[in-house]
Amino acid sequence: MSLTWARNPERVRIEGATLVDPASGQQTDRSVLIDRGRVAALGAPADESPVDRVVSGHGCLLTPGLTDLYASLREPGDGQKGSMASEARAAARGGFTTVCTAPDSSPVNDSGAITSLIRDLAARHSPIQVLPLGAATRELAGERLSDMVGLTGSGCVALSNGGEPLANARVLRRCMAYARTFGITLMLQPENATLAAGGFAHDGRITARLGLVGVPEVAETAAVAEMVLLAEETGVRLHLSQLSTARGVAMLREARDRGLAVTGDVAIHHLCFTEEALGGFDSRFHLRPPLRSERDRQALLAGVNDGTLSAIVSQHQPHDDAAKRAPLAETAPGLSTIESVLSLGLERVAAGELEQSALIRALTVGPAAVLDLPEPALVEGAHADLCLFDPAAEWHPSADTLMSTGKNAPVMDRSLPGVVHQTWCGGHPVHSTGDNAGNGSGLT
Amino acid sequence: MTSLLPMDELLANLEDGVRRQYQQLDNPALVGIRTGGVWLANRLHERLGLSEPIGELDISFYRDDFSRLGLNPRVRPSSLPFETQGRNIVLVDDVIMSGRTIRAAMNELFDYGRPARIVLATLLDLGARELPVQPDIAGQSLTLPRDKRLKLRGPDPLRVEAVTLSDARGGESDQ
Amino acid sequence: MSVVEDPARSIQLTDDGDLRHFLTLDGLDRTMLTRILDTADSFIEVGARRIKNVPLLRGSTVVNLFFESSTRTRSTFELAAKRLSADVLNLDIGTSATAKGESLSDTLLNLEAMASDMFVVRHSRSGAAHFIASQVTPGVAIINAGDGRHSHPTQAMLDMLTIRQHKGGFEGLKVAIVGDILHSRVARAQIRALNTLGVEEVRVIAPDTLLPTDVESLGCRVDDSMQSGLADVDVIIMLRLQRERMEGALLPSEREFYRVYGLSNEKLAWAHPEAIVMHPGPINRGVEIESAVADGPQSVILDQVTNGIAIRMAVMSMAMGGQRATAWNRTGEGSS
Repeated sequence: MSLTWARNPERVRIEGATLVDPASGQQTDRSVLIDRGRVAALGAPADESPVDRVVSGHGCLLTPGLTDLYASLREPGDGQKGSMASEARAAARGGFTTVCTAPDSSPVNDSGAITSLIRDLAARHSPIQVLPLGAATRELAGERLSDMVGLTGSGCVALSNGGEPLANARVLRRCMAYARTFGITLMLQPENATLAAGGFAHDGRITARLGLVGVPEVAETAAVAEMVLLAEETGVRLHLSQLSTARGVAMLREARDRGLAVTGDVAIHHLCFTEEALGGFDSRFHLRPPLRSERDRQALLAGVNDGTLSAIVSQHQPHDDAAKRAPLAETAPGLSTIESVLSLGLERVAAGELEQSALIRALTVGPAAVLDLPEPALVEGAHADLCLFDPAAEWHPSADTLMSTGKNAPVMDRSLPGVVHQTWCGGHPVHSTGDNAGNGSGLT
Repeated sequence: MTSLLPMDELLANLEDGVRRQYQQLDNPALVGIRTGGVWLANRLHERLGLSEPIGELDISFYRDDFSRLGLNPRVRPSSLPFETQGRNIVLVDDVIMSGRTIRAAMNELFDYGRPARIVLATLLDLGARELPVQPDIAGQSLTLPRDKRLKLRGPDPLRVEAVTLSDARGGESDQ
Repeated sequence: MSVVEDPARSIQLTDDGDLRHFLTLDGLDRTMLTRILDTADSFIEVGARRIKNVPLLRGSTVVNLFFESSTRTRSTFELAAKRLSADVLNLDIGTSATAKGESLSDTLLNLEAMASDMFVVRHSRSGAAHFIASQVTPGVAIINAGDGRHSHPTQAMLDMLTIRQHKGGFEGLKVAIVGDILHSRVARAQIRALNTLGVEEVRVIAPDTLLPTDVESLGCRVDDSMQSGLADVDVIIMLRLQRERMEGALLPSEREFYRVYGLSNEKLAWAHPEAIVMHPGPINRGVEIESAVADGPQSVILDQVTNGIAIRMAVMSMAMGGQRATAWNRTGEGSS
């Protein structure tokens, strides 16, 4: 695709959209002027400015561009699963303007050189902002610490160990202590490796019926307890990635109530699906952590609604067909979600399970706060990272329509609500359905 | 088209024919093809005052339309409570048309042992043969319009019912 | 919430509700299970004839695709297929293809080139038979001969046939399944079959380490002790204990297992006096069961072997029939 970074972006007025304040959820109907990469004016001054183009936002909501704390963009690495260009474009289509790319690239992002490579790839191929997550341990093996200072110095915004556990509590404690020294945020997926060993589905009704090796709830809660205790002791800034259990959320809430600086997120699919999705051995729903019970799903939704969970992440893991075409246990875990996060969330809103304001918060200000990024807001002077979407319009994910190389999306056989009509990153249009593009008639 | 005889006369004709065979053949055994043939074999067993129990054949495993219809969901075990090797067999069925049922039944009979002779008795012979198989005894021979069939209902009372075919596919065989 | 429908039913049944694959007992109702048992009864009669073959699968090729070797199970499938007059090809690819790194889908592609009509599949992974059924060309029937811990539906059905022969039916029966439920595809299939066929109660007797989480959701009651678990039961099913269970800290020793759960005449006396004793084999004498019980008057273990052939003939002919009828209805042509 052709990037337009070099050119001075056009002056655009978005008319008729309902603006959502991401922090409060408050809605106002105002025009927005985008000029020189920023929100230049709101309301009447925006209406009165001469522009190159007018975009109709009638029936649409306008929010800051969405932020994803965890997505595998597959570059450097496995070209058949996706590339920086394909996955960042898919993210823009999903309304995202900032995406943290997981350290599970190939090679693993465990050195400043790889981080620089990722940033270089992003600068050349990504229309949106890509923030690298560094590996907390070398090769994500969980044994030896990575060059944390080197990584953050090269641009990693936080360190994660991907979906891999640390070898033991001693390594975890040292990892936290070292990270604390340099004020580095650790984003860790809580999983007790020995309790989860060999498992690939929630240990419950479905594993009982299908004879699958289960990952018990306690594999997560034991790890949460251990991580929270060690974070408390070391003082590290800990973010719990992709919680999947009701008890895990309760433990996070309790830790936050005690005043600990610990945050957490949930992957979108854990808000939408349960263990039942594996009922017919559907390998798409082989996930880590696994989809759990309906009770867990409800508790995760409540955690987003009450703010215990700061962010909803895509945990985007595009795969080639072969990675999923095998008996369940031999398939690779992960879903291709980044284009559907907002839609799947809006579907939960429509079902009355998720508050719309909580959904938007968890995709904007929530994740930004985890990374200490400037708070996204629709105010004059803000970066024009914007997402204009029609919550009522529908689209039909399919192998032909998905932009991601990974066709392993959770919903493929029906339509989803919520079409992102336009995404701007730094004032540049990075995604457009073309439906709302004006033709310059707004020139006054 | 000649009209169908009353059941009494059909049964009497069948019984006469079978009785003659029983007089001529050495120690024959009576075998009915499920389900109509079994009803008739039971009736003959009673009227001829036979002591040896009848055999019952379920030809589901031998039908030549398995590849069109699949396996008959109501298959039940065949039962031949006597040795058939070298035996004379009187095989009874309700209706003969294509002859495919009889072929299947003879194939099955041979799997129990090689009979000395098989004599075929049917209540009705409706012609329209697709295989070179003829009954030795028939209660009545009739020719029907293409879309008509006759079916034996029973077991008590036994009666013949006319059926009009709606689906041409289902009417190609009398199995 | 978004419901993802369990496709077990749709994948193994035709539009008319007939079998076209036989992967699991999930989604099969009592009518279907009874039809399988009834059909098997007819095949038992065939087995008593001078010529034990019927022509149902004449001209069809059945491939025994065993990724996990099991001479016993493979032999009964082979004999069943031959009695249906099919051509049989045995492929033990447990060690060859996968060891060479060939993926299961590639192996399948190669085998399909042989124009097979049916694959009898055994694989160490749960869901392998489902996976293969989802990959093969329409018209090819898949029979699950055991997939991981998931299901071994023909074994369960031959057990049901054995129970029906000895108990006349299923109503009012109390059945105890003893041993390693967690790793047992046989037990999962049995519990499902017994519930579908309407027994009064299924009890599982095992230490917690050998029970799946939420085992009750399968439709059974957990009993910690043999004495209470066997009380008044009509059927006792002993499961085979794999020796490697000692390594994973699931059990202390075979000796202790036998002491607590091994079926001796003494423990058998706790059951109903006419209780039958079953075992899917092969038996570890002195580990799950005492020889005197395995060979005793209440044991029906040898009947299970005989019934195995008839059940496999039944599901193979039913599934092949479903595939053929579907193809006939689709194209309006047959190969008869």
